[in-house]
Amino acid sequence: MADDVRVLGMDGLQQLIDVLAGHGYSVVGPTVRDGAIVPGPVRTVDDLPRGWGDEQDAAHYRLTRRDDDAVFGFAAGAQSPKPVFFPASELFWRGRRTGEEFTVNEEGPEADGHGLGPYALLGVRSCDLHALAIHDVVLLGRNHVDVRYAARREGTFVVAATCSSPSGTCFCASMGTGPRPDAGYDLALTELLVGGPHRFLVEVGTPRGAEVLEEVESAEALPVDVQGADDVAAWAAAHMGRTLDTEGIKDVLYANAESPRWDDVASRCLACTNCTLVCPTCFCTSVEDVADLTGDVAERRRVWDSCFTQDFSYIHGGSIRPEIRSRYRQWMTHKLAAWIDQFGTSGCVGCGRCITWCPAAIDITAEAAALSWTPQPAVTT
Amino acid sequence: MSMVDSREPGGSPVAVLDPMLPRRFRIGRTRQDTRDTYTFELEPVEGEPLVYAAGQFTMLDAFGVGEAPISISGNPLALGPVEHTIRDVGVVTHALITAPTGAVLGVRGPFGTSWDVTDAAGGDVVFVAGGIGLAPLRGAILELIAQRDRYERVVLLYGVRTPEDILFGDELRTWAKDNGIVVEVTVDNAQHAWRGRVGLVTQLVPRAGFDARRTTAFVCGPEVMMRYVASALVDRGVRENRIRLSMERNMKCGVGLCGHCQLRELFVCVDGPVLTYDRLAPLLSSREL
Repeated sequence: MADDVRVLGMDGLQQLIDVLAGHGYSVVGPTVRDGAIVPGPVRTVDDLPRGWGDEQDAAHYRLTRRDDDAVFGFAAGAQSPKPVFFPASELFWRGRRTGEEFTVNEEGPEADGHGLGPYALLGVRSCDLHALAIHDVVLLGRNHVDVRYAARREGTFVVAATCSSPSGTCFCASMGTGPRPDAGYDLALTELLVGGPHRFLVEVGTPRGAEVLEEVESAEALPVDVQGADDVAAWAAAHMGRTLDTEGIKDVLYANAESPRWDDVASRCLACTNCTLVCPTCFCTSVEDVADLTGDVAERRRVWDSCFTQDFSYIHGGSIRPEIRSRYRQWMTHKLAAWIDQFGTSGCVGCGRCITWCPAAIDITAEAAALSWTPQPAVTT
Repeated sequence: MSMVDSREPGGSPVAVLDPMLPRRFRIGRTRQDTRDTYTFELEPVEGEPLVYAAGQFTMLDAFGVGEAPISISGNPLALGPVEHTIRDVGVVTHALITAPTGAVLGVRGPFGTSWDVTDAAGGDVVFVAGGIGLAPLRGAILELIAQRDRYERVVLLYGVRTPEDILFGDELRTWAKDNGIVVEVTVDNAQHAWRGRVGLVTQLVPRAGFDARRTTAFVCGPEVMMRYVASALVDRGVRENRIRLSMERNMKCGVGLCGHCQLRELFVCVDGPVLTYDRLAPLLSSREL
């Protein structure tokens, strides 16, 4: 469908942002803040990380200056769009006690100033798009729906972007989740820096995407543009810093529940929770009750939690998983194995953030490989 | 990969009741069962009474303090106040048991799977309880008693730490005397006044007369106790898929969204708390899973 493939210049990208804002969307895209790339409001193309690249490896993240004007010339940012729909802290209700009675007022998703959309996500990488789809299954696709997530998520417009610059910790190619967006977008961009002026190949994913694109000045894509986008994706797929062999991974993890490798990783893991906080699919939360000094005014908040904390599994009498060994096992086994039983897909999209942001340089791909090499029989008592 | 597309017309999530909002229930009649355990009745401040199945739990909320998952101990067939039996083991449970009669608590639920005792009709039934684990089983026992003639031999094996920790003592006598249930109680430690059995509840399993091949077992207690009881039942010849255990885990939401209660691929709050032993056996064999 040649009509569905167009080309935009930088002016066209600015128009696209303007059109989306004009349609009432809050446009959220990659922005540079505190020396890292994180989601933020985007009003002009200058809000994007123009000319910025990054360098990532285990326990290593640096922004770098590129020698070109690329706006999507970096790998997975420090944080995915997860917090846009699933904030790290949100209010459930506020209540007041009078005598032995109390009343509770439900607080909507806008109560904390997190905003209520509709959002337009700009420049979403395929790994994060897959993570968003996974999050949708977890939070919207089951008997009980996360109503606040649903309210924020409703009507989201997605402008995806092909990853052109994978980092040393990326492995989406081996997870089958990238680098080129394959579904779940209204429009998909591939930034082209060679074979002509700086431009973006645009592919249309939905009728709504086509309608928006009609309001933006664009040109018909030439064969060189289409080929150029294929080349970008192929180059990115070939330059992943890491790989993870998913063949039989569930059985490998289940069968290795008592592997000595867990002791090895536990000797390095600090249980700092970083990996879970940067993971685009981690969904575990806790609730916190906060009361004033009289105890008469209280509110309940939901906050991100992590299976790496000792209290995460606490029941009266102690923690189910007091050892870091069992907590790392819980996280990795959930991510790569139990998730498949629960939701039909892996919980890992290969974004590599957990490797980059682990202060101890623990690498999920290396741990998976180590378990695969040393299969242990399931221990039964 | 399947994607939930919230952008298509009609594909948007429908506005549903928020399972995280508590309903208000007033504490009615309260009974002290033991030194640290209380049973109280809860009646809705507004709206319908709670409809539940034996084995399900609610998230009970002490205002401003927090919530705890508490199994319902009442009779699911009785339309009226809902009973919970609570042991004083933490900040929330302490706030719950010290709330006076007439105070209002928050209730979310009922949540989780049930014992489904009617499924055991036509055969023998073995209930095995450890400590406060008798409370979640009480509803199933009362449900069975309401149709006692549909079941063959019914045995209740109950282990507690000391004679003072025995729950529902009057009812145990009634169940044995009037309802044709063989009740065997054993304690870990006893003073001289105790004339009953001393020892672990697992030791009662081989001696309790039941036709193993036609038996359904319902087990609730500490995890280590349930593991050994299930093993003893299997040794006696009870099929693994006819043994049901009620699991306990940390829970923050009760509806599968918060992640705390995971037992490998299971969300204990929605896949459980009642689960069959054939499903649990491989999971209970690993420590700290």
